[in-house]
Amino acid sequence: MSAATRPAPAVPAALAPPSEGRISPRAGLRHIGALVRRNALQIRQDPELMADVVVMPIVFTLLFVYVFGGAISGKGNQQEYVNYLVPGLMAMMGMNIAMAVGTGINDDFRKGVMDRFRTLPIARSSVLVAKLVVEAGRMLIAISILLTVGFAIGLRIDTSVFGLLGAVGLSLLFGTSLMWIFMLMGLTMKNAQAVQGMGMLVLMPLQFGSSIFTPTETMPGWLETFTDLNPLSNLADAARGLINGGPVAGPVGMTLAWAAAITLVTAPLAISRFRRKT
Amino acid sequence: MRRNDRIAVEVRGLVKHYGETKALDGVDLEVREGTVLGVLGPNGAGKTTLVRCLSTLVRPDAGTAVVAGCDVLREPRRLRRAIGVTGQYASVDEKLSGRENLYMIGRLLDLSRRDARRRADELLERFSLTGAARRPAQEYSGGMRRRLDLAASMIGRPAVLYLDEPTTGLDPRTRNEVWDEVRHLVAEGATVLLTTQYMEEAEQLADELTVVDRGRVIAGGTVDELKTRVGGRTLVVRPDDPGRLDAMATAVRAAGLDASPGVRTLREEGELHVPVLSDLQLTAVVGLLGDRGFPLTHISTELPSLDEVFLAVTGRRPETDGTAAGPVPEEVAA
Repeated sequence: MSAATRPAPAVPAALAPPSEGRISPRAGLRHIGALVRRNALQIRQDPELMADVVVMPIVFTLLFVYVFGGAISGKGNQQEYVNYLVPGLMAMMGMNIAMAVGTGINDDFRKGVMDRFRTLPIARSSVLVAKLVVEAGRMLIAISILLTVGFAIGLRIDTSVFGLLGAVGLSLLFGTSLMWIFMLMGLTMKNAQAVQGMGMLVLMPLQFGSSIFTPTETMPGWLETFTDLNPLSNLADAARGLINGGPVAGPVGMTLAWAAAITLVTAPLAISRFRRKT
Repeated sequence: MRRNDRIAVEVRGLVKHYGETKALDGVDLEVREGTVLGVLGPNGAGKTTLVRCLSTLVRPDAGTAVVAGCDVLREPRRLRRAIGVTGQYASVDEKLSGRENLYMIGRLLDLSRRDARRRADELLERFSLTGAARRPAQEYSGGMRRRLDLAASMIGRPAVLYLDEPTTGLDPRTRNEVWDEVRHLVAEGATVLLTTQYMEEAEQLADELTVVDRGRVIAGGTVDELKTRVGGRTLVVRPDDPGRLDAMATAVRAAGLDASPGVRTLREEGELHVPVLSDLQLTAVVGLLGDRGFPLTHISTELPSLDEVFLAVTGRRPETDGTAAGPVPEEVAA
């Protein structure tokens, strides 16, 4: 680069934006793409970041089917339980993986790279959106692995492939709405460990106090009330309906309502929190 | 090389308070286009807050700043296209390779895929990182990291570059590499705002200096002007026989070759310290000692340290946590 080819010192003409403060949708997508690529490369560098996605569906499925399946569905009836459990686990995958958004965003903020992004002419929200896209991708992989294991141990589709796709889509949608909660936590709490700890505290009762692992009829009345309101029960029931047949409209409607409500409340909070931090 | 009177950075009355702490308490400064302004000050003087305000990372409470024709407060996005920032905070992604980091920043600066790739390779080559291009940044040595940071801030060919303590924590050899790169950038016409705690770094790189303390500018001028206020360099010589230190001091004093505050003998170290204001004066002292038959085993010069600059400007030592460097020895062959 010689003095002659150096652009004029004010703003390089080729880079000058049409006007201050506006980023075209195409540029926005390009920025998000570059940031998604960054997250994907991080995973390639640190494959253990995928441990939750790869190991969890395998371990949970095998553990529950073979340890509890007999007790829940009767000895020798594990097969029945596979079709009960796998759609429920789809709901759980979303929630567990959504938690990684919180720890990831929290980590990012304590590293220099976030300040680098903030000195670049990009929409600040593209960092958040890229994170959501990557986590949704991770959820999809986890669900694929879950289904693969499920099919290997005898999962049947009693409805149609569209039912299955519907269940996957619904799980992704609900999981994405949960990401906003964890994003808010990640932006609020001091460090990634705190996010993880708090996340587990919320996750455990929601996951086990639901219809994911076992039907709720045997539970005491107060708990049944809780599990019936629990969005994870709704999602698990919806996924079961879509894959095994049975009632669909009610649980799907409830799940969509929950996803919308969670997003409407937590997304603006998370975004404003992010703006204030940046 | 561009030398003119156009102002690339103009800061007026910049104020940033954090509760009781006045990080910036009304800072004024100017950087002429194509020059390097060194902002010299101890830890906590407000240097980093200044750079963060000028990079849109922190919103000042009061004051104005115009950088490369962009109002920092009103045109943050336009400004971000015109600046490059290198500091210990505005860093790279450690998990990504050097090449991927530069490519990503190129894409975020709206370069096409091909241009981003080309620019990344060009800068890797230029900063001697081609061999490490595919390794993750977390495996880089301190000097490589700093060079990658510099490369990252150069992607968009910024008109103004902020270097916030670019060599703090680096060993002398690595520090020299970074200095060479900065000189290279300046030779190409970049305008640089450099913060540092080291007088030597300021002398090596800066055309003009602004000394800051507790959020205020306490002195300014060219490096030479400031050095003159402090008293230039100190010549350090060590005779083979420490018993002759007094005789040497007397000879120098009698010849009137020592500048204020006068020649000193350090008996424990066996050294004679002679303040000098010019190269000629330095040569004359060494010549005198040779003529009088005092064999010397060591000769070096020391620049005034930040402490001494402070002492000269404010009459007191800077309040730091003790990390500000003492005198930096500059070897002149012995």
